Amino acid sequence: MAAPFTAEQQRRFDEEMEKILARFPEDRKRAAVLPALHLVQDMLGWIPEEAMVEVARKCETTPEQVREVATFYVMYFLEPKGKHVIDVCTNISCSLRGAEKLLAHLQEKLGVELGETTADGLFTLREFECMGACGNAPVLQVDSRFHMDMTLEKADRLIESLRAQAAEKK
Amino acid sequence: MAHRILTQNWFKPGYNTIEGYKKEGGFSSLRRVLAMKPDEVIEAVKVSNLRGRGGAGFPTGLKWSFVPKDSPKPKYLCVNADESEPGTYKDRVLMEQDPFSLMEGIAIASWALGVHTAYIYIRGEFLEQAEILQKAIADCYAEGIFGKSILDSGHRLDVYVHRGAGAYICGEETGLLNSLEGGKGWPRLKPPFPAVSGLFGCPTVVNNVETIATLPTIFRIGPKEYASLGAEKSGGTRLVCVSGHVNKPGVYEIPMNLTFWDLIHDEKWCGGIPGGRKVKAVIPGGSSAPVLTAEELHVAAEYEALKVKDNMAGSGAVIVMDETTCMVRAAWRISKFYAEESCGQCTPCREGTPWMERILRKIEEGHGEPKDLELLVSVARAIAPYPPIGLGTTICALGDAAAVPVQAFVMKFRHEFEQHIREHRCPFPHPFGQLAEEVVRQ
Ligand SMILES: Cc1cc2nc3c(=O)[nH]c(=O)nc-3n(C[C@H](O)[C@H](O)[C@H](O)COP(=O)(O)O)c2cc1C
Ligand code: SF4
Ligand code: FES
Repeated sequence: MAAPFTAEQQRRFDEEMEKILARFPEDRKRAAVLPALHLVQDMLGWIPEEAMVEVARKCETTPEQVREVATFYVMYFLEPKGKHVIDVCTNISCSLRGAEKLLAHLQEKLGVELGETTADGLFTLREFECMGACGNAPVLQVDSRFHMDMTLEKADRLIESLRAQAAEKK
Repeated sequence: MAHRILTQNWFKPGYNTIEGYKKEGGFSSLRRVLAMKPDEVIEAVKVSNLRGRGGAGFPTGLKWSFVPKDSPKPKYLCVNADESEPGTYKDRVLMEQDPFSLMEGIAIASWALGVHTAYIYIRGEFLEQAEILQKAIADCYAEGIFGKSILDSGHRLDVYVHRGAGAYICGEETGLLNSLEGGKGWPRLKPPFPAVSGLFGCPTVVNNVETIATLPTIFRIGPKEYASLGAEKSGGTRLVCVSGHVNKPGVYEIPMNLTFWDLIHDEKWCGGIPGGRKVKAVIPGGSSAPVLTAEELHVAAEYEALKVKDNMAGSGAVIVMDETTCMVRAAWRISKFYAEESCGQCTPCREGTPWMERILRKIEEGHGEPKDLELLVSVARAIAPYPPIGLGTTICALGDAAAVPVQAFVMKFRHEFEQHIREHRCPFPHPFGQLAEEVVRQ
């Protein structure tokens, strides 16, 4: 199996894992599985099979157990995703303030179905459950950062600015 | 102004920094508590009549008293910051505006309970809020509030933030514990209760963010005074977070005797419904709570007052729907959430939640048949018959949370369900209400 990390990434992984493992009792290293998976996703953008093996080794558990955890939680990506993940909440409080319209608008604007990534690899669009920001509905998150009190126009501006940012970097 | 004892400093610039918090007298309660015996602290919390703000409203002092005193095992405190119940966002705003009350509360609880390690389990989507907590924890270590000897008391306390990764069920206290141990967030059968055997098999107290963050207030004004501000069995004030069709949604600190009607309509609170429309229905305690009709809104937003009405204060999430909203659509959206979030351990919940969702969608889309309504209710009853609340057949209360609202919607708005079935369509031009159209186009 190929190594999941570059040498530089491996160093960061080892360092951070040491800090994470220090939060738990010696014989309870498995407790570090969720933070470890967050760390991997932070570095690679998603969680490949080889990285689960690494996590299992550090947390003194089996790759199967890590995989079971990785599949249970919706925030972990088990395949590569777009550069930005847009999660639109359509739960009750957001729907009462137009979330369905907002989601349909974004789908059309980005030309993707739910869960899909745009052809340029820039955006993955998902429908999401309540995000705990219902007083500022409708709400979406871009890469786990909140954007509240959304309107169709604000959504357009958001997409444009992310596109412009990406173009600049090229 | 007796009603603002928790939030009086929110949104003041700088209050959410450690310097700002200290300027307002922060950590004086911790000093007071460290001069008391742990048992006295637990007794004081009992006297305060503080009830857990996570959903069940369990008396906090009583919960604490279940922790065995003589156990040789370490004890843990887990702060529940999972906040994923639809409609609920008070804990997020609290963590943003007042992170140090939470920190001080953790230190107070740790002293009372003999805890040396506390974990704050925060939902994964709250990335910025997790960063705020990390910073607040670092500041507390730097000031000797946490660490080897908190405020030179000789009591050691370590506090860690632990991020979830997207699963509502991890808010259920034993699901939380399994998640924190690095597994799937599957709830555990109780007993044993966490107080006896919780995290890593050790005595553990799980408390909601607001519950813990209220502790400094209780010891600032005194537990008797705190109790006297509330209702007979529910001390103090509480936070509610209002969403949906109101002019001023937001987090409000309310007295226990405030009715939902006044909360929604009074200028001092939510200021009524947009467009001068009328309220049709209100979910009083997060999506798990049975819906209230407009006629039922003259009930106090307090634990016992709601209980006698076969309802619950729940997580403090008040979701308001105006007269233009379709009740079938609302019931369907909520049931879709539970179908999605059932962990799948118990058959009635695993099979019943998607079944209810399918029937509700069928009715909403105009394909419902008269027999569907009875089927829907019978599926719901097999998970947890309502009323009253609390007769569920499943391992955790998610089953009840899914089944109870469905029955309440059918019971109280049966005519709307029947109209959908009779007319083979949704009779509402905008099923989520007129405001849903207006807001996004502003
Ligand atoms: C499905 C489900 C989800 C829950 N989610 C939360 C939550 O997000 N936050 C919370 O504090 N309590 C939640 N609870 C309640 C907890 O199980 C527990 O009762 C609470 O954290 C105890 O804290 P308290 O005594 O301070 O209220 C949930 C319960 C269930 C059944
Ligand atoms: S009631 Fe539902 S969520 Fe709770 S343990 Fe059973 S299957 Fe899981
Ligand atoms: S319903 Fe959308 S954030 Fe809560």
